Amino acid sequence: MMRHLISAADLTRDDAVLILDTAEEMARVADRPIKKLPTLRGRTVVNLFFEDSTRTRISFEAAEKRLSADVINFTAKGSSVSKGESLKDTAQTLEAMGVDAVVIRHGASGAPYTLANSGWIDAAVINAGDGTHQHPTQALLDAFTMRRRLVGRDAGLGQDLAGKRVTIVGDILHSRVARSNVDLLHTLGADVTLVAPPTLVPVGVEHWPCEVSYDLDRVLPKSDAVMMLRVQRERMNAAFFPTEREYSRRYGLDGERMARMPEHAIVMHPGPMVRGMEITAEVADSDRCTVVEQVANGVSIRMAVLYLLLGGNEPAVTHTRPATERPAHTVLSDEEK
Amino acid sequence: MDTHDSGVARPVLEGPDIARVLTRIAHEIVERAKGAEDVVLLGIPTRGVFLAQRLAAKLEEITGRKIPVGSLDITMYRDDLRMHPPRALARTEIPGDGIDGRLVVLVDDVLFSGRTIRAALDALNDIGRPRAVQLAVLVDRGHRELPIRADYVGKNLPTSLRETVKVQLAEEDGRDAVLLGAKPTAPAGER
Repeated sequence: MMRHLISAADLTRDDAVLILDTAEEMARVADRPIKKLPTLRGRTVVNLFFEDSTRTRISFEAAEKRLSADVINFTAKGSSVSKGESLKDTAQTLEAMGVDAVVIRHGASGAPYTLANSGWIDAAVINAGDGTHQHPTQALLDAFTMRRRLVGRDAGLGQDLAGKRVTIVGDILHSRVARSNVDLLHTLGADVTLVAPPTLVPVGVEHWPCEVSYDLDRVLPKSDAVMMLRVQRERMNAAFFPTEREYSRRYGLDGERMARMPEHAIVMHPGPMVRGMEITAEVADSDRCTVVEQVANGVSIRMAVLYLLLGGNEPAVTHTRPATERPAHTVLSDEEK
Repeated sequence: MDTHDSGVARPVLEGPDIARVLTRIAHEIVERAKGAEDVVLLGIPTRGVFLAQRLAAKLEEITGRKIPVGSLDITMYRDDLRMHPPRALARTEIPGDGIDGRLVVLVDDVLFSGRTIRAALDALNDIGRPRAVQLAVLVDRGHRELPIRADYVGKNLPTSLRETVKVQLAEEDGRDAVLLGAKPTAPAGER
């Protein structure tokens, strides 16, 4: 039974589709005058952020509040962590406070896994980004955005992304977004191609369920979605490419390149964008760019994940049992009316 | 829920009865709402939605006007969420003009404990402010746990708690019927 969401690779196709379908209903709540549901009333969720993040934290906080959970925000800066407290001590403090879920962002890959499997804490753990490892809710919101744009909002219900061709461009080496996306998109049946300078392609990529190319122009005409990644200067401790200008000439997306994409193809970016570096303002502001949609979809996806992991007495999402054995998230029986 | 498969389930309403019952409810709605001018029908998924659509068609026949119909999923408003794993959400679809100032008729297949309707009233609260809310059900089987009653009842069906009531509709189950069966071996309190 999956109580935590640590990695996009843990999700089965059925689980992923269930999350996307649930998010579609959650998105409708955002269109209402009262954007609130009583679903997680009385539950406490801690946003445990050891690494700076405004976008993801606000997105989770909005999702938690729309589901009526009690929200505690914890940032490492200025907390006991800066005085030297360990993750274990922090976890045990939260456990003592009776926390139901921990949303954790940590600079170290594997920190959420440790938190979930160490026995320090009983709460559900949701990975909000760990080092260069995983960012599963980002992958889910990207898949959600693709399904809406490429399959359709209503037509997409119950569907995966079978046969869609997704290109992920840029700093694959440092990108948890790329890793999570490759895992999830593969589960959902999409074909993924990574495009990056050879120095920014991780060792062992040949074992990933995707293709690798060094030539963006060759891949673009065959793409249904092109995801541009931010060049993470803060993680770059060596010279991975000669100059920014050269990177941007070979791997940046400008209007001219965008014109080579099929007409229906979309441009995605997990944000924050560095305009002029990996993406030009012309592309970023075009109709085909889904950056703003991705932010809105992020709240719906996080509501869906929180509901499915915390809404009942046990999570609806599972990766250990086949779909046929899953507890009934079916229609109401008359006994329950 | 699945007792009718065991063969002991006995039909108490068949297809033509259900059609007749819905016609009567439609006439009652027109009569009580004095023409059903501001009526909005909201079905509770799954079968309540089909019943609401059928009622809307009958109301249109009677009044000659198109009656707005939608669906209201109450899953996230249930008070027993923490007793079961979360269920997949069904569709909530509110007609374009909303429900503010309208007469909302909630439509469901079976009225039992009343908890679904309580949740539906909460859900309505978050969506708008109807002029009034009424309830139409195909079957009222009793055993209310809350002070809730239906305005329009297709059939009152006094049951024991050891029995199950199962509504089948052509849209979902391929036939129209209300089946009364014996609860298999489920211990009390399973609800």
